[in-house]
Amino acid sequence: MNAISATSFLASKKLTLSDPDWVRYALIIATLGVIGLFLVLPLLTVLIEAFAKGWSAYSASLTHPDALAAMRLTLLVAVVTVPLTTVFGVSAAWAIARFDFRGKSLLITLIDLPFSVSPVIAGLIYVLIFGAQGWLGPWVSEHDIKILFAVPGIILATLFVTFPFVARELIPLMQEIGHEEEEAALSLGASGWQTFFKVTMPNVKWGLLNGVLLCNARAMGEFGAVSVVSGHIRGLTNTLPLHIEVSYNEYDFVGSFAGASILAALAVVTLVFKTVLEWKQNQDKRLKAKG
Amino acid sequence: MSISVNNISKHFGAFTALDNISLDIPEGELVALLGPSGCGKTTLLRIIAGLEQADQGDVFLKGDKVTDQPVKNRQIGFVFQHYALFRHMTVFENVAFGLRVKPRRERLGEAIIRKKVHDLLSLVQLDWLHDRYPDQLSGGQRQRIALARALAVEPSVLLLDEPFGALDASVRKDLRQWLRNLHHDLNVTSIFVTHDQEEAMEVASQVVVLNHGRIEQQGSPSDIYDHPANAFVSRFIGQTNVFDLDEQDNDWLQTAGLSTAHQKGKIVHVRPHDIVIEKSSANSDAFVTLKDWQHLGSLIRVELVKNGSAASVYAEMPNDQFKRLHLNKGDKVDLRIRHAHWFH
Amino acid sequence: MAQSNIMPGFRPAISFTLVYLVLIVLIPLSAMLLKTFQLSLDEYWAILTNPRVQASFRISFGAALIAAVVAGVFGFIIAWSLVRYSFPGKRVFDALIDLPFALPTAVAGIVLATIYEPRGWIGKLVMDSTGIQIAYKPLGITFALIFIGLPFVVRTIEPVLQEFDTAMEEAAASLGATRLQTFIKVILPNILPATITGIALAFARGVGEYGSVIFIAGNMPYISEIVPLLIITKLEQYDYAGATAIGLTMLILSFLLLLLINGLQWWVRRRSGQL
Repeated sequence: MNAISATSFLASKKLTLSDPDWVRYALIIATLGVIGLFLVLPLLTVLIEAFAKGWSAYSASLTHPDALAAMRLTLLVAVVTVPLTTVFGVSAAWAIARFDFRGKSLLITLIDLPFSVSPVIAGLIYVLIFGAQGWLGPWVSEHDIKILFAVPGIILATLFVTFPFVARELIPLMQEIGHEEEEAALSLGASGWQTFFKVTMPNVKWGLLNGVLLCNARAMGEFGAVSVVSGHIRGLTNTLPLHIEVSYNEYDFVGSFAGASILAALAVVTLVFKTVLEWKQNQDKRLKAKG
Repeated sequence: MSISVNNISKHFGAFTALDNISLDIPEGELVALLGPSGCGKTTLLRIIAGLEQADQGDVFLKGDKVTDQPVKNRQIGFVFQHYALFRHMTVFENVAFGLRVKPRRERLGEAIIRKKVHDLLSLVQLDWLHDRYPDQLSGGQRQRIALARALAVEPSVLLLDEPFGALDASVRKDLRQWLRNLHHDLNVTSIFVTHDQEEAMEVASQVVVLNHGRIEQQGSPSDIYDHPANAFVSRFIGQTNVFDLDEQDNDWLQTAGLSTAHQKGKIVHVRPHDIVIEKSSANSDAFVTLKDWQHLGSLIRVELVKNGSAASVYAEMPNDQFKRLHLNKGDKVDLRIRHAHWFH
Repeated sequence: MAQSNIMPGFRPAISFTLVYLVLIVLIPLSAMLLKTFQLSLDEYWAILTNPRVQASFRISFGAALIAAVVAGVFGFIIAWSLVRYSFPGKRVFDALIDLPFALPTAVAGIVLATIYEPRGWIGKLVMDSTGIQIAYKPLGITFALIFIGLPFVVRTIEPVLQEFDTAMEEAAASLGATRLQTFIKVILPNILPATITGIALAFARGVGEYGSVIFIAGNMPYISEIVPLLIITKLEQYDYAGATAIGLTMLILSFLLLLLINGLQWWVRRRSGQL
């Protein structure tokens, strides 16, 4: 029984803002149609195709040594690249959101750069460096280091494509929050690290997690860039997405979609977490606004 | 009657925003809908405009029933609290909007539209800003453009939602006077919503006090101030001392010259300027001590305490009168109540 | 460099950021630039004017443009419905919009191919009823790119629509505008910049997209071969120079696009006096 409840109801019942019923229904049906056709149907198809020949064929495909090796490699790539990208994102956000320096907007543009580069080009550039005719090609082969068509190449390409994920999430968030709280902590005698872990981190944790989550999804799912540098060696340099491709091209559809079902499940889990995290973030914001 | 609303009720879920409101506003008045936030005043304004639909009741504009008419057919001018200027249009195009969206057969020629818009912009003294965008204007300028835009369609009534609410204090003072003068020149029946009683009293020719979705009182500013209909209005308009006769204020008020013999209620409200104080003689058994005073410009507000009570009583008097009393903090004073309002 | 500031850690943070940026992004990208410089201008020109290369550019940019515009229309409708209306399951559908961001492109690729191929669920339906084949044709590429582009448009429009001051619509109505006039004269001009930005982002992404396209594309030279695939083909034939020249050209076009998007946003803000 107060002003707040009255205005919040107002927001939902503005007379002039209501579109005619036929417009409303047509747009909702169109929305559901597009989402159904382009988003829901593909998800269902993954499941249907994966189980097309029953549970045993599905589990056999997933426990095949090549599939297991692909999963292991995908996990390994994520375990290496996600922390690196996260550390980079945090340090870039700290420098950019907390300090003013010349060339800052150029730096932000450069951080965004990998987003606008085709994944195939992201692979190509490493081929140009480490390939047989590349800059470092002769040197690495002399020292018997395998980068291209091996795990290090895959990791490098993944580092490139996931490069902006965490930084991009954190920079606007930290800029929005401002640095008053950190200055307060410092003025109260906290050290730099104490300030970072006790003040900065709690404020940005949901946004950071969101960035890490998306980074992980991309690291596990990257196809184009990895495809160029991997060499498609079964059991050795095939990540899960490459395993899916190889199986599909060999008409092993159950094997292909069984692998796809794992990655699709990962995507759904990512979306659920993302939704929850964004909800948490908004809740924090609301609490702050109230307090 | 220029604007009439009959038995309007409006609920938002379990919340009653308006409870069976009826109101008549004669032609040419400048009316303030005054009340605390959440009292339903903005909802009432929006229902009159047609931006909101009442659950029951009817709205009449110039005698025509418009309850079922959408806002665009009601010929009203509405000025929004945050102005709602079209951000992508220049000031000129904003003001011209209402003229340009008219059906083709009613639409004026481009030359006439131009002249009309420039006349309106001159009226609000902002013609020199005609090619600016809203984001380049100050709050007071936006307010005046919003008003010019609403006037462009020659509305039969003008409705303003908290017209000064989003402005700085100094700009607000200027705009109040300006709005009053503008209304005087144009003579369009106008209603504005405000929670600021000072603003309502200063600008309006008629004040409607709302609380909890009901009309508490309607009348001219002096009516409302001098003859508040109930305790809520008395407390909401201006300042007042409140005494409760059940709490031993009885004796004390009698010594202050207020006859409590034939009580007309249990609560007494006394305006600060209706209390006269005098310095007591040295051996007086006066009840009241001068605690402190504050300058309010031409007036002095005196803070008094009754012996044995923590509550303060406030009196106001002109500066020079206070000086003549030669009072110091801690002095005992006699006081006399000239006039009081009784409530149950 | 850094302004006087009591905040600690500028040096280590900026140092690590720059070193990592140089190692992971700048050096590899400059390798491509240098590789291209090894070519003479004539050689470079010969690669680019090769009919197969030109066809692939036409296909990639054409399909991406059509897909981005279609995604723009769909995205506008979806964003409008999600922000303005309430319907059952709205939150789930809203979350699903990001699926193309989260779903690995290879998965999207095989799934879309399976659905839209002539024997697939929808592919068969469309084939039987209209005789149009979607998969293994340029149309299939467009379908995959609509899928990829959709979230870019929706997520660019959604916040703008949410923050849109609905009092502007009420003001338009109070001034006598019909709902359609309000939409065209007041709502659309305010949402259009975000829509165009979303379309441009979808286009930029679509041009370089690989994984979700190659399974459905058919990959016929001159007909349904996209630029990224041609780069890979050249690499597999050890034609590094060709691959690099095509890649660099695409990179430059992407940058120009990015510049265009930023310029567009700047122009819109400036035009409405927000700068």
